Amino acid sequence: MSAVDLSQFHKTFFDESREGLDAMEAALLALDAGSADTELVHTIFRAAHSIKGGAATFGFTDVAAFTHVAESLLEEVRSGRRPVDAELTELLLRSVDCLRVMLDRSSSGQPVVDAASEDLRAELVRLVSGATAAVATPVTSAAANVTGWEIVFTALPHLLQTGNDPLRLFRELQQLGRLEVVRAFIVDAAPERLAEVDPTACYLGWVLHLHGNVARADVDAVFDWLDGDCELVIHPLAEPPVATVAGVLAAAEGSPSPLPLPLQRRRATDTAAGSKPESAAVSVEGSSIRVGIDKIDALINMMGELVITQSMLSEIGETFQPSQLTRLREGLVQLERNTRELQESVMRIRMLPIGSIFNRFPRLVHDLERKLGKRVKLELHGEHTELDKTVLEKIGDPLVHLVRNAIDHGLESPERRRAAGKSETGTLRLDAYHEGSNIVVQISDDGAGLNREAIIAKALHSGLINASQELGDADVAELIFQPGFSTAAAATDLSGRGVGMDVVRRNVRDLGGSVGVRSVSGKGSTFTIALPLTLAIIDGLVTAVGDERYIVPLISIVESLRLRSDSVRRIAGGGEVFHFRDAYLPILRLHQAFACADAVTDIERGIVVVVEEDGRRVGLLVDDLLGQQQAVVKSLEAHYRRVQGVSGATILSDGSVALIVDVGGVVRLGRPCKAA
Amino acid sequence: MRGMVAFTLRGAGHAVTEAENGLLALDVARGGAFDLVLADVNMPVMDGISMVRELRAMDAYRGVPILMLTTESHTEKKMEGKAAGATGWLVKPFDPEQLLATVKRVLG
Repeated sequence: MSAVDLSQFHKTFFDESREGLDAMEAALLALDAGSADTELVHTIFRAAHSIKGGAATFGFTDVAAFTHVAESLLEEVRSGRRPVDAELTELLLRSVDCLRVMLDRSSSGQPVVDAASEDLRAELVRLVSGATAAVATPVTSAAANVTGWEIVFTALPHLLQTGNDPLRLFRELQQLGRLEVVRAFIVDAAPERLAEVDPTACYLGWVLHLHGNVARADVDAVFDWLDGDCELVIHPLAEPPVATVAGVLAAAEGSPSPLPLPLQRRRATDTAAGSKPESAAVSVEGSSIRVGIDKIDALINMMGELVITQSMLSEIGETFQPSQLTRLREGLVQLERNTRELQESVMRIRMLPIGSIFNRFPRLVHDLERKLGKRVKLELHGEHTELDKTVLEKIGDPLVHLVRNAIDHGLESPERRRAAGKSETGTLRLDAYHEGSNIVVQISDDGAGLNREAIIAKALHSGLINASQELGDADVAELIFQPGFSTAAAATDLSGRGVGMDVVRRNVRDLGGSVGVRSVSGKGSTFTIALPLTLAIIDGLVTAVGDERYIVPLISIVESLRLRSDSVRRIAGGGEVFHFRDAYLPILRLHQAFACADAVTDIERGIVVVVEEDGRRVGLLVDDLLGQQQAVVKSLEAHYRRVQGVSGATILSDGSVALIVDVGGVVRLGRPCKAA
Repeated sequence: MRGMVAFTLRGAGHAVTEAENGLLALDVARGGAFDLVLADVNMPVMDGISMVRELRAMDAYRGVPILMLTTESHTEKKMEGKAAGATGWLVKPFDPEQLLATVKRVLG
């Protein structure tokens, strides 16, 4: 097994390093905000240290060399030889950025070092004081870092029964480097009395030191057959032991001696006595999908239920008699429930906390504050709210744009805020929460609000409106989302990146969501993004129109009602409207919009489904309501082409295909139709 | 496949007994003492996983190394094999050197 593919470990290294950089950044920003917490410095140092170690191990010597200098600087801070000031945090933040770029280049195999990174490295070197100016070369730092591995290997009792012999493992390890068996121990699970000992079971564990420049991947490869047959803790020899039970136990029992010691029984109390606060691992949320164990447990649980139901059904099936029909029905109901629950659990695996996106913003706000001379207090709420992974990946850019906009256009300069009688520091608040089957993300600022006059002037200039139009506040707010409306004249390099609010809206709509704004002049603006919980499955109302079946997403439905023909009014232009909760709503005849034959045309015989999107309501005329169903959305574009007013297709329980109504599209389409 | 494995192992000086499927392999195993069992996951009549389970239930084979031959795409098969008591696995396709290295790894 000499040819181990290292690249699979590279991915882990890159993921972990990026997480480390995120942790560094967060800690640096907290330091910059004036926190005197020494733990922050430790966090930064540890992150830099492990990136350096990993980079050296995997041969990314440029990354290792760069991190080494940064680490030297951090070491001075950690030991109190250098004070933390704005200049230092700024430099370190830039180093974090630079390292991100270097990691990206390393992962795509491009040359890692460029002029910018070299300049920054030189700057770091200059700052590192006196004697340390002679920076260690990457080669020596790599060699110094990896002196070997401590392996705490605890066999589970059934290890020998799988044909795996610990001696074989030791032999293999010996081929990698010099192996030292520091200690062997009996596990707690071992029987107290000799008579109870199962001769084929293994109750032993070993603390091993493997000396030499050995890649972690090689060590892991030795143990790759033993997944589930042993407990394994591996950490570099140069490092202090990590705070895992086995690691702590190993450390707690005194200095290692080179020869096998008499067997010692591990004690639970050692765990408590031996735990070292400084070795507590930093946990960071990251880019890779990590599924909570509770979700997995729920899945396994559900799977068990499904198996029970399946065996019950197949039992009925084998000796089926008509008298068992009730049991069969019950079984099928149970199967349906199991399937639905299983589906929900599986979908939950795709759900990730929005915090991973929110975490970008402290840095963004920090940079913008400096650049624009504004003072901003960022408040994050609801970071644990979970979103579908796909939604999460795509919502990042629109959110960044909204945050830039809020700071650039929304919040005023400290002078103007003081003049307006507000505190000099503006507040930017990000919220995420559940609302029905939506996730709502809000970006609110306490700035000046939308500038009505400027927006109208701009819209006139771009020909979006004409001077005679009467515009309410909502209409004005709506203007900023129009394609062609761009505040390019006022745009700085920050917000005017060629992305307008129309792109934000389009991105959100692509995800099946909606975006709107509320603004109070002088008090601030709130942008609200509503997103569906998951993309793939919607709750829908199945409706009949002629021979066709259409699914209307349940979240958009306000009410369904049967109208009397005298409650319908014709208006100029031939459209139909009806009175609904103090407003007149247009009626959209779905059979006309989608050209369905043999549909009900008499309004009294059909049913009107009132739907809402972006605060606008329309009544959809359908023949009948057939029931409620969860629909798995299949893309129409992938198989056919995009159709206005239709967001996708799904397969009904009888196997036929139904189209899913895109309520937003239909509402926009929603000019009142002529009566047939 | 079986021919290639047997040929390679004989070439390296090992004594090899072949069996057509899992059920026949169990008969062969009962009739002799072996240092190592190689079992393809996919075999007719009795598949490799059931065979490993049966073998492990026999006293003479409780600690004998058993390697599963499996394809990369079948991680769940690996886990199933482990659960049945397999020592380890060899991922198909493999070349003769890999086979010998893995066998050496197990037998020392």
